[in-house]
Amino acid sequence: MDIHEYQAKELLSRYSVQIPRGGLAYSPEQATYRASEIGGGKWVVKAQIHSGARGKAGGIRICSSDNEVSEAAESMLGRKLVTHQTGPKGKLVSRLYVEETVDIRQELYLGIVLDRKSERVMIVASASGGMEIEEIAEKQPDSIIRAIVDPGAGMQQFQAREIAFGLGLENSLIGKAVDTLLGCYRVFRDFDASMLEINPLVITRDGNLIALDAKMSFDENALFRRAEISELRDKSQEDPRETFASDRGLSYVGLDGNIGCIINGAGLAMATMDMIKIAGGEPANFLDIGGGASPERVAKAFRAVLADKNIETILVNIFAGINRCDWVAEGVIKAIREVGVKVPLVVRLAGTNVEEGRRILAESGEKVIIADTLAEAAEKSVEAMRAYSKSKKN
Amino acid sequence: MAVLLNRRTRVIVQGLTGKIGSFHADDMKRYGTNVVGGVTPGKGGLVHQGIPVFNTVRGAVRETGAEASIVFVPPPFAADSIMEAADAGLKLCVCITDGIPSQDMMRVKRYMRRFRYEDRMRLVGPNCAGVITPGQALMGIMPGNIYLPGRVGIVGRSGTLGYEAASQMKALGIGVSTSVGIGGDPINGSSFKDILKLFEDDPDTDAVVMIGEIGGPQEAEAAEWARHNMRKPLIAYIAGLSAPKGKRMGHAGAIISAFGESAQEKVEILRDAGVTIVPTPAAFGPTVQGVLEQQKKAA
Repeated sequence: MDIHEYQAKELLSRYSVQIPRGGLAYSPEQATYRASEIGGGKWVVKAQIHSGARGKAGGIRICSSDNEVSEAAESMLGRKLVTHQTGPKGKLVSRLYVEETVDIRQELYLGIVLDRKSERVMIVASASGGMEIEEIAEKQPDSIIRAIVDPGAGMQQFQAREIAFGLGLENSLIGKAVDTLLGCYRVFRDFDASMLEINPLVITRDGNLIALDAKMSFDENALFRRAEISELRDKSQEDPRETFASDRGLSYVGLDGNIGCIINGAGLAMATMDMIKIAGGEPANFLDIGGGASPERVAKAFRAVLADKNIETILVNIFAGINRCDWVAEGVIKAIREVGVKVPLVVRLAGTNVEEGRRILAESGEKVIIADTLAEAAEKSVEAMRAYSKSKKN
Repeated sequence: MAVLLNRRTRVIVQGLTGKIGSFHADDMKRYGTNVVGGVTPGKGGLVHQGIPVFNTVRGAVRETGAEASIVFVPPPFAADSIMEAADAGLKLCVCITDGIPSQDMMRVKRYMRRFRYEDRMRLVGPNCAGVITPGQALMGIMPGNIYLPGRVGIVGRSGTLGYEAASQMKALGIGVSTSVGIGGDPINGSSFKDILKLFEDDPDTDAVVMIGEIGGPQEAEAAEWARHNMRKPLIAYIAGLSAPKGKRMGHAGAIISAFGESAQEKVEILRDAGVTIVPTPAAFGPTVQGVLEQQKKAA
């Protein structure tokens, strides 16, 4: 789960990481009020959306008068901001963060991630801040400093010191850098983060170390013990199709195709989507309904898939283990009668009691295209989608 | 004896008295697994579904001589249960639980390093379908009837995709020595490489099917190991050809975040290491059959 920049900065400031003075605004009036509160003659107005690269997209504006702050706020609020990370639909700006400007001497990069190779927390730092980490890795691979944290002992002072000296910081900044690095690590650990990125972390002309931007994501499996983080969720930043599904306990990822998928198990779901693609179609979504394909879950899955208006065919692929196919088939029939499915429906069942399951589908009187194998399911879905698409145009 | 598990392995069930634990313990027993006890703190002394219950894993090991445990404990407490199993001296722990926080798993792996390699428990999972040695024993949640006993090993992240592979093989009369689900989490107990090593040394396994997916370095690591160390044929499929970058596909670990983590890149790496690639998820059966026929001809 992602949070906004201002939320991440608030968490960081509790752990002695220096941040610019700033305030949240929901309207142009509030934005100018925040600016006057901060004082000075120059401010940054920053769109709060769950995406990086906001600057290039016009989501970060430097202003030097009340009027400019108000205008910047006016132009951003209520609009969708499209960055190269948001996809073409963009993300809605409903909050702004107004900050004082700082005099930058140097920009650094600081990231904390879960390193899957060492299976530990890894600190990544570079003296080439401002760029994205992929870009740094490509252009200045030698500038990247890495340190791995022992989960039993936590991050040590010496590790922070090594990074600080590695970044080439002068002696007077080492102490501040150690505090910042240890603070960041502790935020990451204490709130079960999965990613923390401060880009840039800047050295100011007056010799301070300040987090100018902050991005954080959290381990969804740990939210049960992080109530404070759960409350920071902003559903307006999520794909509405995904929100609808996740609120109903389904694992859904929206894609751009037109064949809706309802499958049990993440691996089988990915494989089925691959098979659709090989057969010449495009999947509209990833959807794993989990191990227990109960009639209620199947019905919820149909609703989640049909919430996508691009759907022109639905493919159900259930490998029934403990839940026998006859039971799954009854669930599918019940779901289509309850939800009402207007597009072609292809169902492939496999596993325990498969013959009985197919018989139930065939004798239901509902228009269900039955497939025996994975390949057949994908081919029949693409065929049905093309026929439906054509008939719609005529 | 295939790998990890056979009909004699003495198994305890952690979280036996819960709904899921009860259901699967029964299923495992019916399949032939030697279930000797269960652990639920506070319910020691009871007999649940004919299985004696203990308060602690240590107590269960002392009384039953258990060698392996399967964990059905809910996510907030699962990491603790795994460490308890490691400390009680079990050889194998299969954790089915889905949704364990990453930092808990980091702690588990750190904890397990306190034991010498020879004494260290082998952890399979979490968030996996478990282990089955067809015709002998089941420690997991898979439907036993889709596996034919035989001589091909299966190792994969996904449960149902593993079922798909096993049933395609069964349809062609190809059996399985052991099938191991390593789970879909970013931090897991056993990696692909760990399990490939077991199959390579197992006299009852002739070839291995590896079912990977997008995300993480384990398929590439396995490819590198297999290139230099594996003499048995390795056949691999990678799910997630149609997965976009940066989107998590269900499994906590299935997200493309670095080079070498997309399906195409993993397929390239595996092919380059001499691994036979299953071209589509509908081709597990025929691909394995082809490799086995070639092997027979060569012999």
